[in-house]
Amino acid sequence: MSKAAELAALIGSQTALSNRNLIINGAMEVAQRGTSATASTGYNTVDRFSFTVANFDNAAFTYVQSSVAPTGFSKSWRIDCTTAESALAADEYSTFYQPIEAQNLQQISNGSSAAKSLTLSFYVKSNKTGTWGLNLYKPDNTGRQITATYTISSADTWEFKTITFAGDTAGGGIADDNGPGIYVYWALAAGSDFTSSNSTSWSNYSNAGFLYGHNVNFFDSTANDWAVTGVQLEVGDVATPFEHRSYADELIRCQRYYWQFTANNPLYAFQYHNSFKYAVRPHPVQMRATPTVTAAYDGGAMTQYLIDNYHWKAYISSATTDTTSHSVNSFKADAEL
Amino acid sequence: MNITSAQYIAPEGVNDSIKATIDGTEMIVPIDPANRHYTEILRQVAAGTLTIADAD
Repeated sequence: MSKAAELAALIGSQTALSNRNLIINGAMEVAQRGTSATASTGYNTVDRFSFTVANFDNAAFTYVQSSVAPTGFSKSWRIDCTTAESALAADEYSTFYQPIEAQNLQQISNGSSAAKSLTLSFYVKSNKTGTWGLNLYKPDNTGRQITATYTISSADTWEFKTITFAGDTAGGGIADDNGPGIYVYWALAAGSDFTSSNSTSWSNYSNAGFLYGHNVNFFDSTANDWAVTGVQLEVGDVATPFEHRSYADELIRCQRYYWQFTANNPLYAFQYHNSFKYAVRPHPVQMRATPTVTAAYDGGAMTQYLIDNYHWKAYISSATTDTTSHSVNSFKADAEL
Repeated sequence: MNITSAQYIAPEGVNDSIKATIDGTEMIVPIDPANRHYTEILRQVAAGTLTIADAD
């Protein structure tokens, strides 16, 4: 795309020239939890993106933050099938997805006559050609969804995809709060329970329409892999060039939902009373909600006390004469949607 | 989300959070309706598949 065309696309998109991308970590650069996961589902590798499988009997997989990426990117999320699902049952499905916080979506006027369209763009690569499914799901008020498909035409080749979803004028809208506003799903496998109802226009949620049009079983062979990066969701009908943000910008956005420190950076507890020591740590950024905390301690387990989305603190009984070193050796705070 | 145990924590006699084992890891879950682990605990309690033990 020429520079003039890029500018025209930006103007034509009727949206901001910056902060266009509603997706966080779309370039897959931030992976606070780790760079690979095996067997487990949920938020495990690249930040803000989750992965799920439902009701599978056999399938096994590994997914990673990969350094294999299209030109202009350095990272992707890639999944490899390591044990095939022998037969895809009707109730089985698998998705890769990101939920977007509701208060970040107020500008799309969802549920009103002024509802705006959204355009999703991304780079994708797989050995499996075919028709793959996408879903936008809005849970607030009346649960609503719209699906679309994209085609992988050439095996093992990065392809750029853009899909525009119409605005939804019904369904009661998206609450202006810190809950989930829209989930963006990429289908990897879908049993017939999830593909039988045409949902290519906004409609009330039904399982039958969840992954309508998806026609690939990613888990049918251990030869299969699928990778994605450069994910952008923006207001309007035009896919503009990917909005590259700095690593620091993406990291702080991610830390609203999750952050951690490890044993290399212990948090020491200090005496604040004759009988107690206290450890206090503000979150790097105001978190979306009060987080779930997983912590490991040195010198005895501490008791978490009155935490919130601004800070975390915990105490332990310990006299001033106690020479034991009390510290929090590792810490994970999870406020994901 | 596989939750195998849950127990209230009440540092000053008032339930402050829940100690839960989720997917094999012990976590401290806040009593916050916006927290996804708390909502899942409530869902499983309502479904009758999980009980939250009283605080020690």
